[in-house]
Amino acid sequence: MPRTLFDKIWHTHEVAESLLYIDLHLVHEVTSPQAFESLRLAGRRVRRPDRTLATADHNVPTDGSSVAAQIRDRLSRIQVETLERNCREFGVPLYSIGSERQGIVHVIGPELGVTQPGMTIVCGDSHTSTHGAFGALAFGIGTSEVEHVLATQSLQQRKPRSMRILYEGELGYGVTAKDLILGTIGRIGVDGGVGHVIEYAGPVIEGLPMEGRMTICNMTIEGGGRAGMIAPDDTAFAWIEGRTAATRKRSDRSAAEPPPLPLDDWRALHTDEGAEFDREVVIDASELSPQVTWGTTPGMVVEVNGTVPEPRGEGEERALQYMALAPGTAMQEIHLDRVFIGSCTNSRIGDLREAAEVVRGRRVASEVNAMVVPGSQQVKVQAEAEGLDEVFRAAGFDWRSAGCSMCLGMNPDIAAPGERVASTSNRNFEGRQGRGARSHLVSPQMAAAAAIEGHFVDIRDWEGE
Amino acid sequence: MRQLRVIEGAVSVLDRNDVDTDQIIPKQFLKRVERTGFGEFLFHDWAKEPGWELPSNPILASGRNFGCGSSREHAPWALEDYGFEAVVAPSFADIFYSNCTKIGLLPVVLAEPDVRELMAAGHARIDLEEQEIAFAGRQIEFEIDPETARRLLEGLDDIGVTLQQEAAIDRYEAERERAGPITTTL
Repeated sequence: MPRTLFDKIWHTHEVAESLLYIDLHLVHEVTSPQAFESLRLAGRRVRRPDRTLATADHNVPTDGSSVAAQIRDRLSRIQVETLERNCREFGVPLYSIGSERQGIVHVIGPELGVTQPGMTIVCGDSHTSTHGAFGALAFGIGTSEVEHVLATQSLQQRKPRSMRILYEGELGYGVTAKDLILGTIGRIGVDGGVGHVIEYAGPVIEGLPMEGRMTICNMTIEGGGRAGMIAPDDTAFAWIEGRTAATRKRSDRSAAEPPPLPLDDWRALHTDEGAEFDREVVIDASELSPQVTWGTTPGMVVEVNGTVPEPRGEGEERALQYMALAPGTAMQEIHLDRVFIGSCTNSRIGDLREAAEVVRGRRVASEVNAMVVPGSQQVKVQAEAEGLDEVFRAAGFDWRSAGCSMCLGMNPDIAAPGERVASTSNRNFEGRQGRGARSHLVSPQMAAAAAIEGHFVDIRDWEGE
Repeated sequence: MRQLRVIEGAVSVLDRNDVDTDQIIPKQFLKRVERTGFGEFLFHDWAKEPGWELPSNPILASGRNFGCGSSREHAPWALEDYGFEAVVAPSFADIFYSNCTKIGLLPVVLAEPDVRELMAAGHARIDLEEQEIAFAGRQIEFEIDPETARRLLEGLDDIGVTLQQEAAIDRYEAERERAGPITTTL
């Protein structure tokens, strides 16, 4: 019987009915301390430290601090130090603040090559769906489940339903993966994917680089999806080839030649012709323009050349009030106080290159405070080797160290009440980037151009100064 | 986990859709390394709005897609710490729903018109064993995964249950050592 990519991965990971084996467990400082503490109290160990990897990302300052002791916020410091102590005690490999491999958990997994096709991957973080870009089944879990995976390397799960979003047509000039996923969420709604694992397919998806695919899978959760995935292909294999984890295996630690990638197995990871999904959605990608959110959910989104819509119902009225926007206002007339380029959605080297191209030789508008936060220290080093930091700095951007930063403002990078932010992150919820802060989600290119002009512009016909 | 069978009492109403976990417990309170003490920060920012009223009752009724966004289990911890024992809504975000069942906060899915009636009734009795909620003279059945219901009714420790299948996990690992990389050798 023809099977979906999701079916195939699910089936090979069932230890018993509704008990799913987990190949990789990613850990960070915010959702793990209570899990480790419970393990300790119960006298349990981490079953597979060699399938677990931790980093510090949510709380870390992006000011270049290189040890936890330098973190000024006492609670943040305690949380990072707690992670370090827990990882030492339980033998879990950790890239904490100061490590050259530290970074946002969903950036470093693929970057190190530990994220590979066909795996099951979990993390106490909703954006774990990012890793599905490599043809893995990856999803976020809560702290009780973090503890469960630490103790048993498995998870009790009812099989979710399956859904395919098939894109027809081509993306227009200046329209990015971010616009594709924002436009998709605008169409299916923020609960459109609830209970479903979503496979993204179609020529547009196949044509995207891994960065774009990760952006799309990353925001699956914003459409309610349990996980997002894309069938792995040569683009994915080329990404993995040569990365640290792909060159080593336990048995080959001393081998001179890295082991070959299991390409034959990986090529079988696709949805068979005729396989059935519980739900199918078809979207014409060619009708999409660059997108900007206007409200307080990622589904409240319009095209950049559109206007703030008339509210439909109380929720949207509340959103307009919070965002201090009037219906009918042209999106391009919305002026900004801050621009944030970063987050697990859009902070990879490809994202920074795209933004830098827009910024090169230009100046950030005088009233705008703009910052770039690379997703990982490796991204930062790479960007600096390419001179992107200089491009951003010369334009007036603040160039920071790696972390989640202003995506959720657990570190000192927060927007002030009433400030309006163009952000490449994933959530425009009330207060997300700072109490009373007003967030607009956009692509890196659109954020960069907005920083220069001080308001949103249509990147497709924008000439710059 | 304590056993859960009947929840009865007054209903608090939060008549909004897409209530995200950033609202339930804002990020500045996620820095604690303990599981307790989140209740006083529940809906921290919304609670400052004029006219906000959300008494601590056994039951909370709310709108569609409750608990969307971040996977933070701090959200159910805060709701439970505040005094809620059950949350009733037309739909829940997946991770939030799962997190609730792990700590014994009962999520109940009812059709939207029924949730409206429940909000108006102001008092209800939820019987998990019968999978039934009663209010305003009506009795409505609700769906819950049988295995999840059993664990809640018996107050089982999930990890303890899974460890009973440890031999199966051992076997699985022995038979099919995964092709994926080993993180400790990086």
